[in-house]
This record gives sequence, structure tokens and C-alpha cells, in this order.
Amino acid sequence: MTGSAPKSVVVTGIGVRAPGGVGKRAFWELLTAGRTATRTISLFDPTPFRSRIAGEVDFDPVAEGFSAEQIATYDRATQFAVACAREALADSGLAAGDLDPERTGVSIGTAVGCSTSLDREYERVSRGGAEWLVDHTLAVPQLFDYFTPTSISREVAWEVGAEGPVTVVSTGCTSGLDAVGYGTELIRDGRADVVVCGATDAPVSPITVACFDAIKATSANNDDPAGASRPFDRDRDGFVLAEGAAVFVLEEAAAARRRGAHAYAEISGFATRSNAYHMTGLRPDGREMSEAIDAAMRQARRTGGDLHYINAHGSGTRQNDRHETAAFKRSFGQRAYEVPVSSIKSMIGHSLGAIGSLELAASALAIEHGVIPPTANYAEPDPECDLDYVPNVARERRVDTVLSVGSGFGGFQSAAVLTKPAEVA
Amino acid sequence: MSTATANVVTGLGVVAPNGLGTEEYWAATLAGESGIDVIKRFDPHGYPVTVAGEVLDFDAAAHLPKRLLPQTDRMTQHALVAADWALADAGLRPDATDAFRLGVLTASASGGFEFGQRELEKLWGTGPAKVSAYQSFAWFYAVNTGQISIRNGMKGHSSVFVGEQAGALDAAAHAVRLLGQDTIDAALTGGFEASVCPWGLVAQLPGGLLSEVPEPHRAYLPFDRRACGYVPGEGGAVLVVEKEDTASARGAGRVYGRIAGHASTFDPRPGSGRPPGLARAVRGALDAAGLEPGAIDVVFADAAGVPALDRAEAEALAEVFGPGGVPVTAPKTMTGRLYAGGAALDTATALLSIRDSVVPPTVGTTEPATGPALDLVLGSPREMPVRSALVIARGAGGFNSALVVQRHDA
Repeated sequence: MTGSAPKSVVVTGIGVRAPGGVGKRAFWELLTAGRTATRTISLFDPTPFRSRIAGEVDFDPVAEGFSAEQIATYDRATQFAVACAREALADSGLAAGDLDPERTGVSIGTAVGCSTSLDREYERVSRGGAEWLVDHTLAVPQLFDYFTPTSISREVAWEVGAEGPVTVVSTGCTSGLDAVGYGTELIRDGRADVVVCGATDAPVSPITVACFDAIKATSANNDDPAGASRPFDRDRDGFVLAEGAAVFVLEEAAAARRRGAHAYAEISGFATRSNAYHMTGLRPDGREMSEAIDAAMRQARRTGGDLHYINAHGSGTRQNDRHETAAFKRSFGQRAYEVPVSSIKSMIGHSLGAIGSLELAASALAIEHGVIPPTANYAEPDPECDLDYVPNVARERRVDTVLSVGSGFGGFQSAAVLTKPAEVA
Repeated sequence: MSTATANVVTGLGVVAPNGLGTEEYWAATLAGESGIDVIKRFDPHGYPVTVAGEVLDFDAAAHLPKRLLPQTDRMTQHALVAADWALADAGLRPDATDAFRLGVLTASASGGFEFGQRELEKLWGTGPAKVSAYQSFAWFYAVNTGQISIRNGMKGHSSVFVGEQAGALDAAAHAVRLLGQDTIDAALTGGFEASVCPWGLVAQLPGGLLSEVPEPHRAYLPFDRRACGYVPGEGGAVLVVEKEDTASARGAGRVYGRIAGHASTFDPRPGSGRPPGLARAVRGALDAAGLEPGAIDVVFADAAGVPALDRAEAEALAEVFGPGGVPVTAPKTMTGRLYAGGAALDTATALLSIRDSVVPPTVGTTEPATGPALDLVLGSPREMPVRSALVIARGAGGFNSALVVQRHDA
């Protein structure tokens, strides 16, 4: 790094498609009301599955303005991403024509890409799993777009007119943090002036429900869909699968100020580490997540004493919630007991790669509004999870510094620090 | 990439249709031996595409613990073994260094597609209860980074880029940036793909870019007037790239070269009337490396084998280097296009060209297409000093990436 101070990167636009309501505003209302949006799966018949609940988005592609052809050919995750990109761009006050194409980048995270469409199209070309030599004459023209999920970033790039660096970041359930971390880097590095970044997943499909059934990672609390996602609660029994997307417009702070844009938050720190332990397992000590947290805090030039809120991964699996509680204590010592920690997965479920960006959106909005969203469905304390999890009711307070963390299959542990944008001098 | 001079590539690992292991692949490539043949893994004759570059003589059980075999797709088995080879080549022992300073940056295009086909068959043919517990991670795009990290105890900043054929260059460039920022000391970076299975082939067919020519030696002829699409392949490569100072401090032996510059761009929406982005990516990579076009000794082309795409690449090269202004080669004519693995393998090949002062040939292509003149290295290798090489990769839909590799002392 050179001696000069690194560029500050701020969020100037937010677009959200989440369970419980369309758009940034509905998302924030749901979170601050502590309402849950998980329900019995309606996207397909979940009868044969162990876990039959999910956080589904009430998404109307016609109302979103997609053409019949787009609705027929774009994967649902792609539709979410494009809709969020439109909302984020409008929210930022930029029109597509305001952007310099060559200086605009795109970085979209996704864990499982277009797998819902692959699942559906496989069923067709295999005639219900009957043929190993699947029938190419039954393949739809857009199947290649599902084969490799670069199609998601392509559609977002075309939507906003980006011709700078464009990519998909796919690091499982930390994709939504890592894609924004990478987008921030593109601006800091001088490779782009504006980056449209975020994450999307629409994984509520038979194959994904079945694979999480197989490892009992998801909640089987089918009788209480709205109460099934119970992060940090003693009686949690797994995560509730979900879908959704969040997309941001990132800009260099000085450039945003010059055009008079509103900045929600600065992305002050980002780091990721791997546990090098197990594809799905976590050691209880939280060491690698703690390393990521420490590195992100150093980059943000903040300490635990500055921290007003931790937006947790809080998936609601037995091992995760214990693991990250240990990581927070490892990084912050006694201070960990004083910082409010909450998991919005209690309300909108776990949308795999997308959730990291949805959680960043919640973190930015917490700074914006001075409200900390709660952990819903919290009833019985777990002796191994003994921090302040903001049970059930949102809390109003000034929020200047937020840590948001994620943990994913493959061992990925990521952390981002968002801070209140510096006042204009 | 102002900090790029501080990196060195110290190890390579290759799994390719025409050779397992770096030296086997390189010898075959210089000899013009192709790994493209009629598909053997399944009977392809009911499909319009019948040839591919398959990795057939790879025995995963000979290299990997038995417990890993049922939980990994072939592309992950290739990645794990090649990573072992690359680390051994570099003499880098992850257990002898700070695990948090070692990153794994890979590219993926389609994930573990054959693994996915087997599990989808169970789901739809038998029922959800038969789906493997490993499906939750064996097929997804992040799996190779995760498995490499676990096998080798590498805990530093890691990531996964999906850019169809272009992702591996973005991954390598990101690794180099992390070295330059002093976030890590060393990284494994590369990409692997093994989607040659019935479901993988059928998913690629609607792209409309695959060659339907049944004769293996005539199926993939980039820049030829008979060009008729590309042949899909499997395999890939992985590099060990390190900070020069820490590599030197640990007594690293051979240095293949360094990654000197990178840029990536995206094409405008078709019909926008705006120019394509490939030439801009090439110029951006040269600028990042601090080089004039004349300093590039050879270009490893993307070589789509599709007439319109070949022409677009030839035009971009002519725009930057002048007509016939630089030797151009496409050794992927001996492997097929490997998706996430292709650009990683081309980067490894470029470093071998630097090491041995020889440019491998483009095989099969004999009758240059009309359009801007290219100085194609055809038929047999061209012996020449190679100080700086440019690797180009394009991902379907408009992704353009360009990477400059250089001799260590250049």
C-alpha cells in the first residue's frame, strides 16, 4: 500500500428483495417490528421433505416490470438481483446515463446461482430422473445461462450499463459479504468509480431442500413455521432456508459528496479467513472468525469499545451460534457482553449467499435510523450463548459502528465493519 | 497493480486432457499431442456434439485419501491433486508457515456438475431421502477453495470467482493484490472444471458455441476459415504465487516468473452501438504492468473457435499490437476449452514458455480466416526468448480478462 490514506467507500443506494415485503422500506419495517416471514414452503410441494419451511419472497415479476421473455428465461435469483439493482440505483439518485460505463463495476455474490432452474430443467431432460443420457432435445434455449451463473452479473451489468470489472463471487454463505468486500476493493484500488454489488440466491428448490435435509442442517419445526428460526435460543434446531437479494451502489466518499448524494454508511473494513477444518463443521472456539473480525476492525481503525452493534450470522444451528458467540468473546473480551448482537435470520431465514448482503443492508439501515433490529423467536437462553441478543424487540440507540459477520460451508469466515459516514467538513 | 513486481510464481500443478502433471502436459503440448477425442466417459452418439478433451487416466484413489473420494466431484479431485503438486513444486509447506497468511483463490464456472447429475437423478428418480449428505457442498462453486484450504491447512484470505472462462485470471489477479497489500504471503490460485457428463454436455449445447464436427482433429480450429465452434474440455491448473520477499526468505528454489498486470472489462449490451471491451482489457493489463505493446513477446489467445468471436479477438489484437504485430498461440487446441480451468492452464503454459524460451503451437488450424492478420504459431513450437506474455480469456456474455506474466528478471 502507498502511504496515502486509502479511499473511503460509501453506500449510496440500497435495493432489497426479502421475505416479508418488497423493497428496502418494507424490509426495514419488518425487521424493526420483529415480525417473522418464514412459512410453509409454497414454491413447490414440500410434503416428502424433512424440512418444509422457508423464507419466501412475495415476488411479482410482472409488477417488477420484467417482460414475458425475461420472466420465462431468467432464473429467479437473476430476477431478484436485477430488481434490486434497479432499486439501488434509483435510491442512489443516479440514473444509468449518469454512470461512466468503463468506470462502473459489478460484483454479485451467490452461493448456488441458478440451481433452482437447473433442478427444474434436469427433471425435464431426464424425464424425472429416468435417464442418465439425458435428452438434449428437451433442453430449453437458456439452459447455458443456468449452467454458469455469470448470467446473473451479466444481466445486472446490462441493466446498469457497467463495462468495467464484472464478476460473480461465490463463496457459499459468505458470498454476500465477500462480493461487497470485493466491490469495495475495486473502488479503493482505483479500478472503478461506482460498483453495483450485492448478492442473490433463490435456493428454495427440491434439490437444495433435500441436501440440507440429508445433513439435518435445517429446522424441522414444521408445525411452527413462523417460530422455526430461533438463533441463540436454547431450543434452536437448525436454520430455515430462504431466498432473497440485496444490492448496493458503492462510491468513493468524496465523489458521492461532490454530487450531493446521501451516504448510508461507509464500508470501513472487510476481511475473510478460512477455518481449514471441515466443509460443514465448525470448531467451537471461533478462532478463524475471530481472526477475520480482528482484521476487519483493524482495517476500519476501530476497537471493540467503538462497536455499537454486531449483526450476527446467527443461523440457528446448534454449532454456529455457539461458534460465533465464542468468536465475539475471543475478539472483544468482556466488551462482547456489552454490545448488542442480533440475527435477522430469525425473521427472514437464511438465504445462503444472499444473506450476507441482506445483513449488510440491515446494518447500514441500523446506522441510518439509529435502530437495532432484534433477534425474533428468542425465548429460552442457552448457557453457551450468553450475550445480549436483543430479544424480540428492536432497540433505539445511536449506531455509528456495526460489525457484520458470516460463516459458510467450505470454512469461510468473513467480517465487515460499517461506520457512520464522516460529517462533511 | 503497482505492487505486482513483488510477487513470484514458484509452483505449478496441471491436470490436462493431454497430460497429468506439469512436465507431462508441457512435453505433450510441445509435441503437438492433443487430448481431444471422441467422448469415452459416456456414449455421446445420441448428441450433436461427440468430442471433448477428457482427463481419462487420472486415478484419484492413487493420490487422495479414500474418505475424500465419495464427497468430491472429479473437478475437485483434480484440484486437490494439482494443488499437492504445485505446493511440492514450490517446496512450500503450509504446516511450516503461518496458516493465516496462506490464501486459496480459485475460479469455477459450473461447479461439480457430474456429482450434481448423480444426486439430481436420485432426487427425481428415487426420492429426496436418497440424496447424499455431500450434495450440500460437493457441487457448489466454492468447493475447490474449501477443500484445498482444508487439505492443506490454509486459513488466509480466500475467495472464488465465477467468470465462465475468464474467472481464473480475476482470481490470480486478486491473489496478487492480496500479496501486494500484505494480507497474505502466498496463495494457491487456479481453476478446474469437469463438466463432461451427459447433463453437463446438454447444459452447454444451448449456448450454441460447441463444435458438432465429429472428427477430433478437425473439431476445434480457432482463427481458421473452417472454425465451427469449440470443444469442451476438463482439467485445469493451479499456481503457487508468493510475495517475493517471503519466498526468498524461505529459500524458494525455482521462480517461473511473476504476474505483472491484469485488467478486466465487460462488453456493452448487444445492440448498444458501443465498442466491445476486449482491447480495453488488454491495454489495461499492459498499463498495469507498465509495458508498451511492443514488449509483449507472445499472446495466449482466448481462441473461441467461433468465427465471430475469433474475428473480434483478432480485431482487438490488431488494434493494440498492429496487424500481425505479435506472435499468437492457442495450445488449448490440444485440450479444448476448460471453462474455469482454461485461463489457469494458459497462465501456467505461458510461464513454461518463459522458462524454456519456446512458444507451443496452435494445432489443427491451417487456413487463417479472413480479417486482421495474426502471426499465429501454427503446427510446431517456435523457439524464441519470452520475457513477457499476455494471456487473454473471455467469458460468455461479455467478460474480458487479460493478464501479463513476465520473466522474474524482466
